[in-house]
Amino acid sequence: MANRLTQAVTGMQEWFNERAPSFLPVYRKHMTEYYAPKNFNIWYIFGVLSMVVLVNQIVTGIFLTMFFKPSAAEAFASVEYIMRDVEWGWLIRYMHSTGASAFFLVVYIHMFRGVMYGSYKKPRELVWLLGMLIYLVLMAEAFMGYVLPWGQMSFWGAKVIISLFGAVPYIGGALTEWIMGDYLPSDATLNRFFALHVIALPLVLLLLVVLHIFALHEVGSNNPDGVEIKKGPKGNRWSDKAPADGIPFHPYFTVKDIFYTGCFLLICAFIIFFEPTVGGLFLEHDNFIEANRLVTPAHIKPTWYYTPFYAMLRVIPNKLAGVLTMFSAILVLFFLPWLDRGKVKSWRYRGVGFRVGLFVLGICFVWLGKIGSGPGTDPVETIIGRFLTAAYFGFFIYLWVYTAFGFEKTKPVPERVTGHD
Amino acid sequence: MTDTGMHTMQRLFSGFLLGLALAVAPAAMAATEGALPASNANLADTGSLQNGAKIFFNYCSGCHSLGLMRYSRIAEDLQLSEDQVMQNLNFTGANFGERIPASMNPVDGKAWFGAPPPDLSLIARAKGVDYVYNYLKSFYLDSSRPIGWNNTVFPNASMPNALWELQGVQTARFTPAQGENPEVFEGFDLHQAGSLKPKEFDEVARDVANFLQYAAEPAAMQRKSIGIWVILFLAVFTLVAYFLKQEYWKDVH
Repeated sequence: MANRLTQAVTGMQEWFNERAPSFLPVYRKHMTEYYAPKNFNIWYIFGVLSMVVLVNQIVTGIFLTMFFKPSAAEAFASVEYIMRDVEWGWLIRYMHSTGASAFFLVVYIHMFRGVMYGSYKKPRELVWLLGMLIYLVLMAEAFMGYVLPWGQMSFWGAKVIISLFGAVPYIGGALTEWIMGDYLPSDATLNRFFALHVIALPLVLLLLVVLHIFALHEVGSNNPDGVEIKKGPKGNRWSDKAPADGIPFHPYFTVKDIFYTGCFLLICAFIIFFEPTVGGLFLEHDNFIEANRLVTPAHIKPTWYYTPFYAMLRVIPNKLAGVLTMFSAILVLFFLPWLDRGKVKSWRYRGVGFRVGLFVLGICFVWLGKIGSGPGTDPVETIIGRFLTAAYFGFFIYLWVYTAFGFEKTKPVPERVTGHD
Repeated sequence: MTDTGMHTMQRLFSGFLLGLALAVAPAAMAATEGALPASNANLADTGSLQNGAKIFFNYCSGCHSLGLMRYSRIAEDLQLSEDQVMQNLNFTGANFGERIPASMNPVDGKAWFGAPPPDLSLIARAKGVDYVYNYLKSFYLDSSRPIGWNNTVFPNASMPNALWELQGVQTARFTPAQGENPEVFEGFDLHQAGSLKPKEFDEVARDVANFLQYAAEPAAMQRKSIGIWVILFLAVFTLVAYFLKQEYWKDVH
């Protein structure tokens, strides 16, 4: 019996390989013969988790489009129709809304990990750049998705964010009208954001994710020790030519990732079923009121994942300067591989100045996020916000000076990776 | 410090940083909470929801619609029969499966109150259940207002106290404005007693707030009970996945 089953499986494999001989090698290259460093720690699961969330967003998004009405007159009621009258509609919607915030949470941790362990350094600069592009597209995708339920915060958030393009000299006014297709966010805006949110940007996002992973698999993964396993000794149980410190991605990291995905889903399920609004953080209170262009909400603020940048915009009195600062805060991250001249990758072996600097950067980002989500009326907070903005940019200048002029005192990096979980 | 000791330290420290990052969300969340007294509304208390529905349909639904709710859904979730709902809660003549309109024409509402009374389907999600509870308790006589009533939770609201028969009529005490400082609310006095004692009226306000909390998210009645099973399944799944991982990783040295 077992013999015949094995025969059937082998037969099918042969049938397939005869017709598509290049498929199996691709699978091997990226899964069973992709040798990842065995010393990945918990910080290395967030790439996989962001893919889990991406799949969740696409699948739940498809179901939402079956019931959502992309029109200013019907959008708000259609979302509530999904929440009340569509079987399991509430679950699909909460999975999508929780997924949006979870996406940013895991992506921010994933990016922070990249800085901690110098994952953007040679030869992985391209991986970092593609990742940054994913982050940019993700921000646009999430912004447009947030407009779709057509609540008060959808409308006024859209109005504020789109008006930022009005700061562009000469063409600003025409540009904002072109984006909205109207003088205010309206039916035309909602309709085109729907098109961009459900098909255009997801396609770009998927393409970039594939490129990000392919680029990574060309050079191989970094690890918590920042040791290049490809430059180390060769030969492991699976291959003579593979790095000695590498183990096959499948099955070793697939089973590990399944475990961590389970942990992650537990947290997500807790939010989805017990606290889907997270006290107004994931779904804002004002967005349960239908968009009304005659009533301005007391506090217009974007969702939490934009608030660090929004805070920078708000603490700077000049609009154009604020907009430039905000976009520069994201742009500067693209240049990180060239600003950081240090040769040692992992913070385990880097100078104290790097660790302290990164810690300060983290604090600036979180604190700015808190300021950006508040009402923005406290003058003391505005001054703190300016200091934090200066410190945020200061980190990048400091990092360059610290590493380019030999101020960094690094520790010796081991030849091989040091143990595993 | 030994090499292993160093790594344990580094691991602890990086774990600490991750924990810090994950702790940010609840901290920011706590900062957005309001400071109103708690309503203690409880969706699991069906009696409270039924009483809230009764009060809502007798005192509120004349002016306020519940345009996203259906009568039939209320019957299903509040364990009422079709007859009970159609005879005791439906005063508009709408069908059992239809959404709940206000008895009053919105055009009349605008003429009488200056603004059409809002639909209340989502009010508890937009403002919070405690807001609804405190709003209902905070009406007071104010002859300076066109309708004769004012409210400390929503100052200058154009709504009269629809529950005055039950609550009685309150007046408000303020410490007078001094120089630049505006007047400060001190407390209410019961000017004329209602048919309920203050404690009993608190329960009425809580039940109405509870009913509106339910109406704002009917799915809340199911999601927690389903969620427990989902969490249990995921916990078992994750545990099995952990042992699977341990089994596979035995031979990684």
